[in-house]
Amino acid sequence: MNWSEFFSMGGYGLYVWGSYFTALVLMGGEVVLLMRRRKSCKRFSRNQK
Amino acid sequence: MNWYKYASPPAFYPLAGKMIPWFAIPAAILFVVAFYFGFFVAPSRAGDQNQVYHIIFIHVAAAWMGMFLYVLMAIYAGIGWAFNARLASMMATSLSITGAMFTFLSLVTGSFWGKPTWGTWWAWDARITSTLILLFLYIGFISLQSAIDDPRRADRAGAVLALVGVINVPIIYFSVQWWNTLHQGATIRLLEKPKMTSPMLLAMLVMLAACWLYSIAVVLIRLRCIILEREQNAAWVAEGAA
Repeated sequence: MNWSEFFSMGGYGLYVWGSYFTALVLMGGEVVLLMRRRKSCKRFSRNQK
Repeated sequence: MNWYKYASPPAFYPLAGKMIPWFAIPAAILFVVAFYFGFFVAPSRAGDQNQVYHIIFIHVAAAWMGMFLYVLMAIYAGIGWAFNARLASMMATSLSITGAMFTFLSLVTGSFWGKPTWGTWWAWDARITSTLILLFLYIGFISLQSAIDDPRRADRAGAVLALVGVINVPIIYFSVQWWNTLHQGATIRLLEKPKMTSPMLLAMLVMLAACWLYSIAVVLIRLRCIILEREQNAAWVAEGAA
């Protein structure tokens, strides 16, 4: 398979990869924010596990 | 085994912690599998549709999650209100963020689909508009809860809003049948042969499964945070049981 053909998606690369990139950013962002919140809320508990 | 025991935050907190990896790890694997099926096994074109159709795998999964999570949030909020069960209310609060994220994702991916297919990023079509209302319901629920200082009052106010807003979910679902819309009709219906080839259908279902597992994992992690934040003055938290 030709990779440049794969990424161009028949000329619709912007839309297809834009969609999956948005999904990655939103879900990745949610996980990052959650890990930060986890760090800050753990201080309430003496057990740091 | 007494399941009611787990309705109390001190009992549920460690259980949830043990459950998280069982959802997070399969979610990560299934996202990769769904991507593989969607882009390397499924055909590059779908009938009269060109390669832009690849958006549907994530678009449909996100749209379904937005609706499922809303119904789930309303049920938990309702249980928390009716039975004065604080863990159920915390669950509703935790669900709202992930549900809003998926609803927003379905609108953005829908836009990416609409531009090359219909020639417009946005249309005030019945399904798109009702999905936007779903996003506003989520945002309303989140901001209403954060505007009220007393957590139990915030839970009750949120429950009223969530339960009233449930009416919007069947409106979204049936919008493509009730109104003559720009948005296409359902591709997959229960009890009917799906109008898709099997690798495509498989990619979509695996993506949906991945999104479910992801949602359960992040909702549980957030729920554990909410428990700690709200119960920070309770003896079990201070004594290090959490």
